Parts: sequence; structure tokens; C-alpha cells
Amino acid sequence: MEKPKLVYTTYIRTTPEKLWAAITEPEFTRQYWGGGMANISDWKQGSPWRHVTRGDQPETYITGQVLECVPAKRLVLSWADPDDLADKSRVIFEIEPFREMVCLTVTHDDFTAGSTMVGKVSGGWPRVLSSLKSFLETGKGLDVACDHK
Amino acid sequence: MVAYYVQQMDAVFKALADTSRRKLLDRLYETNGQTLTELCENLDMTRQAVTKHLRLLEKANLVATVWRGREKLHYLNPVPLHEIYERWIGKYDRPRLQALSDLKKSLETTKEEKE
Repeated sequence: MEKPKLVYTTYIRTTPEKLWAAITEPEFTRQYWGGGMANISDWKQGSPWRHVTRGDQPETYITGQVLECVPAKRLVLSWADPDDLADKSRVIFEIEPFREMVCLTVTHDDFTAGSTMVGKVSGGWPRVLSSLKSFLETGKGLDVACDHK
Repeated sequence: MVAYYVQQMDAVFKALADTSRRKLLDRLYETNGQTLTELCENLDMTRQAVTKHLRLLEKANLVATVWRGREKLHYLNPVPLHEIYERWIGKYDRPRLQALSDLKKSLETTKEEKE
């Protein structure tokens, strides 16, 4: 088994259900992901999902398939730039209650050889996750996250 | 709520206030997902000392761990560092840093044009 490439964790004072909603419901995602980006899908196993910009004609930045979906617990997605579908990787969100908090672990792995995606996402995940934490705890995402794509 | 934030920040600053622990983070930056044994290689620290430092880094959430069979892999987790950036640098210095970066860009462009 290849070892995972990127692993991030954050402890958030919230409930697994609220955290799940923050990841899967566009009206929440837009408030912290940066650039008003949202994740769109019906979140059923085998369904497509898209990471899209705001607006009438949303542009798809990332696309893939829902590989596993256990609400408030575990979400596994395939992940690729729609212009380079061969450069596919995998993202796993794991949600676990921890004392009065929730521990979120994001693992981004299964990169193809020579993938350019590692470089593109390794700066982005910490930004998104700290903004997500701020959003759930204070009701407001971080501004800096919104300055970047 | 305030006490909780203070506690979290204290743990991060305390973890960073040590050369050996910063060195361990640098090594994970170079190669992510190392075992304890790999991290101990070519280090002037005993295995026990590295274990102790890693425990503190984990507690501060600067290191995330994953079990692969019997191996515990250590990953650099920069999420709390981003929170520090946001609190201590981002909100104060962003406009100034932006101005400096704009200045640099404009000076460099002018120079290139002259050449």
C-alpha cells in the first residue's frame, strides 16, 4: 500500500452534522472555501460531484465521483481538474467526535505519477481547513481564504 | 470559548519554541509521512527524545499521524500555522506586504523594459 501523500487534521468545536453540512451544502461552503467556491452533488455513492465557482454560469474547477458517502462520518471523492482528467487523485474526509469537539481529517492521496495536483493543493488545504474551522466556530470564514482561488 | 482558543494557541507556540521540534517539522516538510525510525536517522537526538518531541507536536496538532499496519506515519499539519498567520500577520500586514510586493513588481518591470 502506497503511503498517503497529504494528511491534515483540525479540531473544531461543532457537531459532526454541522461539519458535514459545511462540506456538502453550497450555501455553507461558499462562506469559507474562498472565492465563493461550492461543492455540488447529490452525495450518493457513484454520483458525480463538482467544485464550482459562484454565479449563473458556474465554472467547474475540480470534478470527480463520490466513491463513498456515510453522512456525518466519511466522504471519499475522486478529484481531478476537468481539463486534465488523467491526473486523478482521491480525497477522504473523516469526521470523528473528540471530547466536546469534532476531529476532521482530510487525506489527499492516490496521486498519479508526475501529478501536478500535489503542488496545486498543498498550499490550499491548510487555508480552507482553518477557514472552515473559523466559519463553524465564529460564523465567519477567514477573509484571506477568499483572496485566493 | 476564549480559554479554549488561548489553550490551543499556547500549545502551538510552546511546540514551536524549541529548535529540535522545529527541526522535526522541517524534516517532515522535506519528506512527509515518516516513521519514528526514519525521523531519528542522522539526528543528534535519542529515540526517546524524538518520541517526546513528537508527542508535543501532535498535541499542538502540528503533526498528524496515520497508522499503516504497525507503522505510525507522521505528517506535517500546517493548519494551526495558518491560524497563526491569519491572526498575527495576515490581518495586520497584508496591505503593507501587498504594497511592497507591488513596488517590487513595478521596479522589476521598469528595469526589464529599460534593458
